[in-house]
Amino acid sequence: MTAFLNQCFSGLAMGGIFAILALSLVMIFQATALLNFAQGEMAMASTYLAWQLIQHGVPYWLAFVLTVILSFAAGVLIERLIIRRFASAPVLTVVIVFIALVFIIDSMVGWIFGYQLQEFPSPFPEHNWFNNPLVSSHQSGILLVTLVVMSVVWAFFRFTTLGLAMRAAAQNPASSRLVGIKVGWMLALGWGLAAAIGAIAGMMAAPIVYLDPSMMSSLLLYGFAGAVLGGINNPWGAVLGGLLVGVSVNLVGAYLVGTQLQLAVALTMIIGILLVRPSGLFGHTIVTRV
Amino acid sequence: MTILLDVKGLKAGYGPVEVVHGLDFTVEDGGVTALLGANGAGKTTILRALCGMIRREGSLLFEGRDLCPMTTEEIVRRGIAHVPDGRGTFTGLTVSENLTLGAYVRRDKAAIADDLAEIFALFPRLKERLFQQAGTLSGGEQQMLAIARALMLRPRLLLLDEPSFGLAPLVVKDIFATLREINAKRKVSLLIVEQNARAALDLADHAVLIETGTVALAGPASLVSADDAVRRAYLGY
Repeated sequence: MTAFLNQCFSGLAMGGIFAILALSLVMIFQATALLNFAQGEMAMASTYLAWQLIQHGVPYWLAFVLTVILSFAAGVLIERLIIRRFASAPVLTVVIVFIALVFIIDSMVGWIFGYQLQEFPSPFPEHNWFNNPLVSSHQSGILLVTLVVMSVVWAFFRFTTLGLAMRAAAQNPASSRLVGIKVGWMLALGWGLAAAIGAIAGMMAAPIVYLDPSMMSSLLLYGFAGAVLGGINNPWGAVLGGLLVGVSVNLVGAYLVGTQLQLAVALTMIIGILLVRPSGLFGHTIVTRV
Repeated sequence: MTILLDVKGLKAGYGPVEVVHGLDFTVEDGGVTALLGANGAGKTTILRALCGMIRREGSLLFEGRDLCPMTTEEIVRRGIAHVPDGRGTFTGLTVSENLTLGAYVRRDKAAIADDLAEIFALFPRLKERLFQQAGTLSGGEQQMLAIARALMLRPRLLLLDEPSFGLAPLVVKDIFATLREINAKRKVSLLIVEQNARAALDLADHAVLIETGTVALAGPASLVSADDAVRRAYLGY
């Protein structure tokens, strides 16, 4: 029983990382109806940035905050300098740009930092909190961070005028301009937020999967699975989806098929969901009267 | 009366196609100008051009300043609100959120609250449906919401594109009565595009008849509606 609960909790912790990644994917998808394939590599680059800061002796949480802020700025810049130029390009062109970004970021980071695995510190204590036998402090820390990220993002979109303007710009760009919203900047902000959220996912994942330029590639696929499972147009669905994918993949890996097939399980989930319920478990359909 | 909007030589279109070929018309401060004409005459295009939603050229003086080099967001900040065709409400957001967005460029919180109270007096139905998704409102309610959202800007000039479209005659009557009140009490000037010429002429002090992107006739609304030949030829009643 303890082993089973252990697996559940470690699945839940990984699920937290998938959930944060899924949230960052949804952020851009809601505004542009595009899945940013480079989200994982952007998160990886952010994590290297945090690692470099920590190597230079910056305290962990300061490095964390700096990384989030700089990643936000980088996300805004990527949208303003690159993505914006393809605003009216066909979807396929944008997808190719995303894939190009994946390889550009990947090889730039590899060129600067090398390809060997690096250890990345966890901000949480080494011994389990309250000496519980089930869940390590890093695992519970991830869940805590997931909750905080979720609440902050939710409050931002729910209670601030800027968040409302971003939602409006995503739904109806023409009307948004007519009330004075600068729609282009809202997209850039969306990219910034996605990059900042992705950076958190990267920093939470790195102590588990170690730091190297390809660390996010499989994590991003789990993030996709989470987003598709929960509903790609619903941020909270995506978070729940991420957690569900984390637990189910871990349990299936531990008890049924072995760890080598975990990624295959996630991809099977994607295909299955797209076949059975394309809008995802919590994807919403807006009721409209004409 | 002073002139609020003075349009001269307006040309506008979509891509390479020019739809409006050099138009002149004015809206007086506190006045109501109606743009009338058949389908495809270019009425909607004129409103879109004024707001900078499409490519345009000419002189568009609003309170003495040319709108032509401005972006849509800057034009909105000058106090021009646009109720576009198809209403342009945010269907996925609540009524309350739609109204908040209407005042997006304003920073005067106290005055915004006052305006909201006045709007609820004007459209009591909206207050009942405050936390309902705008997409679930009836057509008439959505039109009310679109106008209310535009009023939240506290505009100098309100552009209305076919406010009667798709609505039952009684609802149209309601909407036009409200527009009259908005014009009279809140001193908002109106530029209104309408198929329903009778309702529009009733409200307007100036009428401009548009035919394939040019002005066919312009003058005081009472004269235009009194001219039998014009009525039969252009307005169809």
